Amino acid sequence: MSAVQPLLQVDHLTMRFGGLVAVNDVSFVARPNEITAIIGPNGAGKTTVFNCIAGFYKPTVGRLLMRSQGQEFLLERMQGHDIAAQARVARTFQNIRLFPKMTVLENLIVAQHNRLMHASGYTLLGLIGWPGYRRAEEAAVERARYWLQRTALEAEADSLAGSLPYGGQRRLEIARAMCTEPALLCLDEPAAGLNPRESAELNDLLRFIRDEHGCGVLLIEHDMSVVMRISDHVVVLDYGKKIADGSPDAVRNDPIVIKAYLGEEFEEPVSQEATAVQEQS
Amino acid sequence: MEYFLQQTINGVTLGAVYALIAIGYTMVYGIIGMINFAHGEIYMIGAFIAVISFSVLGLAGVTWVPLALVIVLIVSMTITGLYGWTVERVAYRPLRGSVRLAPLISAIGMSIFLQNYVQIAQGAKIKPLQPMIRGGVRLMEGEGFSVNVSYLQLIIIAMTIALMAGFTWLIAATSLGRAQRATEQDRVMASLLGVNTDRTISLTFVLGAMLAAVAGVLVTLYYGVVDFYIGFLAGLKAFTAAVLGGIGSLPGAMLGGLLIGLIESYWSAYFSSEYKDVAAFSILVIVLIFRPTGLLGRPEVEKV
Amino acid sequence: MTVQQRMKDAALAALVAAILALPLLGFETVDTGGPLGIKTRWHYVGYAAAAVFIGRLLLMLWRDRRLGAQADSQAGGSEAGRAWLAKLSRKADSWLMPALIAFAVALPLMPFADRTVVDLGTVVLIYVMLGWGLNIVVGLAGLLDLGYVAFYAVGAYSYALLSKNFGLNFWECLPLAGLFAAMFGVALGFPVLRLRGDYLAIVTLGFGEIIRIVLLNWQPVTGGPNGISGIARPSFFGFPFTANPPEGTTAFHELFGLDFASTHRIVFLYYLILALALLTNLFTLRIRRLPVGRAWEALREDEIACRALGINPTNTKLTAFAIGAMFGGFAGSFFATRQGFISPESFTFIESAVILAIVVLGGMGSQAGIVLAAAFLTLLPELAREFSLFRMLAFGLAMVLIMVWRPQGLLSHRDPTIRLKPAAHGGGGGG
Repeated sequence: MSAVQPLLQVDHLTMRFGGLVAVNDVSFVARPNEITAIIGPNGAGKTTVFNCIAGFYKPTVGRLLMRSQGQEFLLERMQGHDIAAQARVARTFQNIRLFPKMTVLENLIVAQHNRLMHASGYTLLGLIGWPGYRRAEEAAVERARYWLQRTALEAEADSLAGSLPYGGQRRLEIARAMCTEPALLCLDEPAAGLNPRESAELNDLLRFIRDEHGCGVLLIEHDMSVVMRISDHVVVLDYGKKIADGSPDAVRNDPIVIKAYLGEEFEEPVSQEATAVQEQS
Repeated sequence: MEYFLQQTINGVTLGAVYALIAIGYTMVYGIIGMINFAHGEIYMIGAFIAVISFSVLGLAGVTWVPLALVIVLIVSMTITGLYGWTVERVAYRPLRGSVRLAPLISAIGMSIFLQNYVQIAQGAKIKPLQPMIRGGVRLMEGEGFSVNVSYLQLIIIAMTIALMAGFTWLIAATSLGRAQRATEQDRVMASLLGVNTDRTISLTFVLGAMLAAVAGVLVTLYYGVVDFYIGFLAGLKAFTAAVLGGIGSLPGAMLGGLLIGLIESYWSAYFSSEYKDVAAFSILVIVLIFRPTGLLGRPEVEKV
Repeated sequence: MTVQQRMKDAALAALVAAILALPLLGFETVDTGGPLGIKTRWHYVGYAAAAVFIGRLLLMLWRDRRLGAQADSQAGGSEAGRAWLAKLSRKADSWLMPALIAFAVALPLMPFADRTVVDLGTVVLIYVMLGWGLNIVVGLAGLLDLGYVAFYAVGAYSYALLSKNFGLNFWECLPLAGLFAAMFGVALGFPVLRLRGDYLAIVTLGFGEIIRIVLLNWQPVTGGPNGISGIARPSFFGFPFTANPPEGTTAFHELFGLDFASTHRIVFLYYLILALALLTNLFTLRIRRLPVGRAWEALREDEIACRALGINPTNTKLTAFAIGAMFGGFAGSFFATRQGFISPESFTFIESAVILAIVVLGGMGSQAGIVLAAAFLTLLPELAREFSLFRMLAFGLAMVLIMVWRPQGLLSHRDPTIRLKPAAHGGGGGG
């Protein structure tokens, strides 16, 4: 494993807000074809790490090295939209951020903006109905259809994104992120608010993304059934510091982690319902 | 130097008036997040009521200036406050919780309505008022130049400071102020906790209108003329002041008003009076580029 | 509510109205040369109070009936007017727009279409075009622009100055005027588009005023408050609309072997603005289906999500701003050639407010709604011309009432820009 070059290398990341140190000297790596989970109690700085990676915050100190398509990017020096467009980092949000008054399909087409923009000759060719653009749009629709099928949303393609049920909105957000063809997919609590069945389906979807699309996945999660089942690698944060880093089994048995965060609760197996659904499918 | 001092005094006077109007904008924006476009007209109505009541008092034989001033202030503040209340009740309250642009259009409509209402009721001609408070203090005597503060300027500045202090206290220390701040932060939560948010919002409009009325009375005395069109430009300047200071911030409105007053005064004195409005807006743009939330506005942390 | 409660409520409203009316309606100031004289007219206060009393009672009755109707119908349906508008909204694109366009094309040929009617139609079409242009900025991209009239002014003055100083004709000036307006849009937008909605509103409002003040004071170029007169009138692609054309040119009526009539030019101008407006409409319909148009709408919905998808928000907003400005510029240069005279007076804030009101009243993003709102807002003051004193009063009141009645605008309906067709070959394609 360690022979593979890491996809994202976070070195000595520190983020201060005024006097508050939200993230303190955190280093870890995320590898391609792996699911890396960041866990930790509330306020441990997980979302702040995400926001630094996605360019919503400029880190106070630290280096964020992203390797994609044979190129290296220093994310801390890039603007948010360039991180998505060039370094190929896609993300979802803790409080879902769709385009609620646009249709599901339109959400997925907007995600392919830069490719389509290029194909439309920056609008000029598109205005005169250039055939190359029409083909590009058809390809974009097919890509959207592919992800709609993967997320079981094809039947809702023409309804408004805001009218989807909660679980559907979560899946649509992941589908939208995947339509940007990312090298690294960052998911901020994707299982929050999902029922056990939806949660199990999410696990399958994430494994599929990892295995079939060569995409690295970085996720923040509270739901241990998700973390322990699907992560290849777990990073534990507490009070902005990294306290453990390793395989799920290693982290599970780490006394510091148990003391700081997991406690006894962790010893219990994942909830019964989730297991049952998993077996049925 | 003397010239500069004189311009500073004039600028501060003008700024005090802008600040009084700006508070109405900034409070309404803070509490319901809308630009109350009709606020400039509310100020104009305050000034008209001042002219009319001064004239009525003059005919009724009330000639002792302090008494007349107090009566006019009370009358103008009461009725203008009621105008503020009515405007909110009729044009904005039904639109609470609808599309963001709807109250803005309603406010523009209200502004057009009020302007034309006053024009029809009182005519388009300029209304003059005989100067009532004359004289002043000579601060400095230079070579062929002197620096004067008129009593009127002193009254305007003193009254503005007193009102600002009272107002800051009202917001910071009374239950009304608490309700107002709570509604500003989270209207739904405040109403769940028993704050009567509708009443609080109404009161915000009334208070803003009353301060605008004071500005109207003072401007009437200061310039001695009023017409139905003064609300637009004054409103625009005061709103610029509120944004410059950081909209939603009370001290910001005061600072912004002062700065706009000074900029206008210096610009007309040293460059050209035609372009004084251009100067005020340009400085607003420059400030916003470097500090997008205004001088004293809370920087917004993007929560994602 | 009981009858007694109703009466009490209406009486209270009447009391408020009486107090409000007391100083401004009850007293009339009279110029005497010296101090203002005062005349009283108490009966006006009485009229105001009575009007509010009756109005309030009627409003309450109407509301009760509506509540009753709602209780009756299961669907929770609103009253007939709204239901009808909602239906109209959905059908707007399929038949309302073609019907409106057909009517607009046929209008000058109708028997009742005299000079006044065609002139009025032209004015409505100018506002339709401005509304459609501003709709790109406000309706699609969600940017609140309160200074749109500035770009209209840039277009008008560009045409006037280019044609007076360099002798360019309308067709040469039109693209240049659009280009200049777009450049102004970019120059203004570049520093300020990072600002949040309402800050943008005040900056654009300020910009509109700056342009007007510069036009007023830059005497040598703009003619100051006197404006520019004697602007070249349009010709029919080089054939002028004059009774006696200068030597060597053919007049329009000679070209077609007609008798000279002054209405030829009026009708030509009408079709010219109709063509320009339809161009704006066509452009908007097409660009909505292009990536940049979808990105505008996405930005309106959620800017942060857009950034996470790799969309550059500043550039995208800038294109909306520039394109909106360009159409404003086109309309401005048409205005200049139609009037033959322009002055800063035509480009005041109230114009911006009216154009914005057209967009919002029409129902943001609805092309047909904008036509209806433009027709309503331009014809209302014209129809009330006899009551010229009251027309702007009614105009302001109408804006408030329509918003309160229907905050989402007359026709609010959004058609998806793309639909998922059934898969062409069984399963999905590659990812």
